[in-house]
Amino acid sequence: MKNGLRDKTKETIAAYGFLMPNLIGFLLFTSIPVLASLGLSFAKWDLLSDGPKFTGLSNFIELAKDPFFGKYCWNTLYLMAAIPISMAGSLLLAIALNQKLKGTVIFRTIYFLPTICSGVAIFMLWRLIYNPNFGLFNTSIAQFGDMLGLRLTGPNWWTDEAWAKPSFIIMNVWQSVGGYNMILYLAALQGVPRDLYDAAEVDGANSWQKFWNVTWPQISPTTFFIATMSLIGGFQAGFDQAYVMTGGGPNGSTTTIIYYIYSHAFDWYHMGYAAAISWILFLIIFVITILKWSFFGKNIHYA
Amino acid sequence: MGNHIDSLIREEMKQEIFASVSRSKRKKVIKVVTELKEKSPLKHKLQRAVLFLALLAGAISMAAPFLWMVSTSLADPGQIFSENRAWWQEWLPTSFVWKNYVKVWSVVPFAKFYLNSIFVSLCITFGQVATSAMAAYAFARLNFPGRDRLFFGYLATMMIPGAVTMIPVFILLRHFGWIDTYKALILPGIFSAYGTFMLRQFFLTLPKELEDAAKIDGCSYLRIFWHIILPLSKPALATLTTFTFMGAWMNLMWPLIAVNSIEKYTLPVGLAYFQGVHNTDWTLLMAASMMMILPILIVFIFNQRFFVEGIKLAGIKG
Repeated sequence: MKNGLRDKTKETIAAYGFLMPNLIGFLLFTSIPVLASLGLSFAKWDLLSDGPKFTGLSNFIELAKDPFFGKYCWNTLYLMAAIPISMAGSLLLAIALNQKLKGTVIFRTIYFLPTICSGVAIFMLWRLIYNPNFGLFNTSIAQFGDMLGLRLTGPNWWTDEAWAKPSFIIMNVWQSVGGYNMILYLAALQGVPRDLYDAAEVDGANSWQKFWNVTWPQISPTTFFIATMSLIGGFQAGFDQAYVMTGGGPNGSTTTIIYYIYSHAFDWYHMGYAAAISWILFLIIFVITILKWSFFGKNIHYA
Repeated sequence: MGNHIDSLIREEMKQEIFASVSRSKRKKVIKVVTELKEKSPLKHKLQRAVLFLALLAGAISMAAPFLWMVSTSLADPGQIFSENRAWWQEWLPTSFVWKNYVKVWSVVPFAKFYLNSIFVSLCITFGQVATSAMAAYAFARLNFPGRDRLFFGYLATMMIPGAVTMIPVFILLRHFGWIDTYKALILPGIFSAYGTFMLRQFFLTLPKELEDAAKIDGCSYLRIFWHIILPLSKPALATLTTFTFMGAWMNLMWPLIAVNSIEKYTLPVGLAYFQGVHNTDWTLLMAASMMMILPILIVFIFNQRFFVEGIKLAGIKG
């Protein structure tokens, strides 16, 4: 009995020993900042005055009236048009790669490259690709026109307010179509029981019927998972590309929620206002996460 | 005619399947069906050829921007603006101006950016994997009061966007006087609820027998962790290492916030700064970008397996 008690104490001490480094960091850089951020969202502070001044709900009231915030929310949603396009592409690619053709591994590697090399370097590359005069797209369009004997000119891409968001969507689809989602779909496709296809085949189902009645329902948890994860990512996306390529312009057309938070906090030092926006962002993500959890909670019981 | 025979055969086969319960027999029937299908090998081959060509076209459009990047980085600065280039000259380097790659290092303190990035990414990676593995071991294998509540706290914070915490963390580091130091670049990146969660899930799948035997032999928890858990978890640790390193290498926003003097810049910030100062030196910008993604490419090519496994692991967690 005494021995058992001592063992238990020993285990507890050991456990907290193992936890300690991570726990300190967790408290210092996650839990306490979350509470601090909530407090800040009800205050105003420019870092210079002696401390945050409590202002109640005024940040949120201002936010509701802020026309820029509405616009940047719309931008964020608009840019998320890349999600369904790239998901459909990922699924098509995964189905094609699942046919066991020659060179599948090489194809998978190449398709994965844009995802791997994301970041500043790639956004700089695309900034040049979209250059109206010398970029890859517009020279290709012009050369294609030459072949047909026509004079074709491409759009001004990200320098044109009407084209800036579509440019980003094209780039984002290129970046994500062969990446994580394709790998997830490929794994899901390989997990569909062979028997189901056999049964469908014996019933004389054609390829489309097999896809629609067997594959699609079987991989729907993966689709839902990818969709919710992409939504969560999509609401927080758009900083790097806007910072490197457009600076949020032209005329604010590529500024997203996260970029707006960054600007308020670190360009204009509106710490309270920025914290308030970040809590709105959190609420959106919270709702999606709850949806995701409730769906998967249910699904796991059936599986 | 052919269709009619097909449907007859199918009908017959259905009967047979209904009649037989044995799986092996069913397999045989399916084989017959597929063989019958491949009686029209031309159509089948054609389908596969079309599919292959479509995949190839896709792969080319994925790789094209990179090819263009290489050829631009090796071009003569005056040459890329010339109007009378043939279309293939866009793609294939017609000159090899390696000088571009050398020049980058002298135009901006590129070596400094590079070293900063290597140092910061390595510290974050090592720190995150070490602290996550230790915490994950405690959560997965040890019993202690408050464990489940604490773990729930970790889980709950995983959905909080980084944007929420970055402002108070900045204020905190500023309060410590750590802004514009390596500490500010590294420390917040070390502690990750996600890494802890992922490794905990993996540790839970390890068989317990070895540990029990070790415990009976009087092994300490530290020795069990070091000699049993860690060696068994190499794939999960490699996955976390790869993803953490890549994330740290690419991160733009946090270094922008944490440091402000040029000699503390990491590569992403340095590259963005480079672009601001030398806006029109395309060849140099592309050479610098090439050098930034090269280490990532190397990591990816050698660790491809871990990427695929890691993504699947993340997918399963749901």
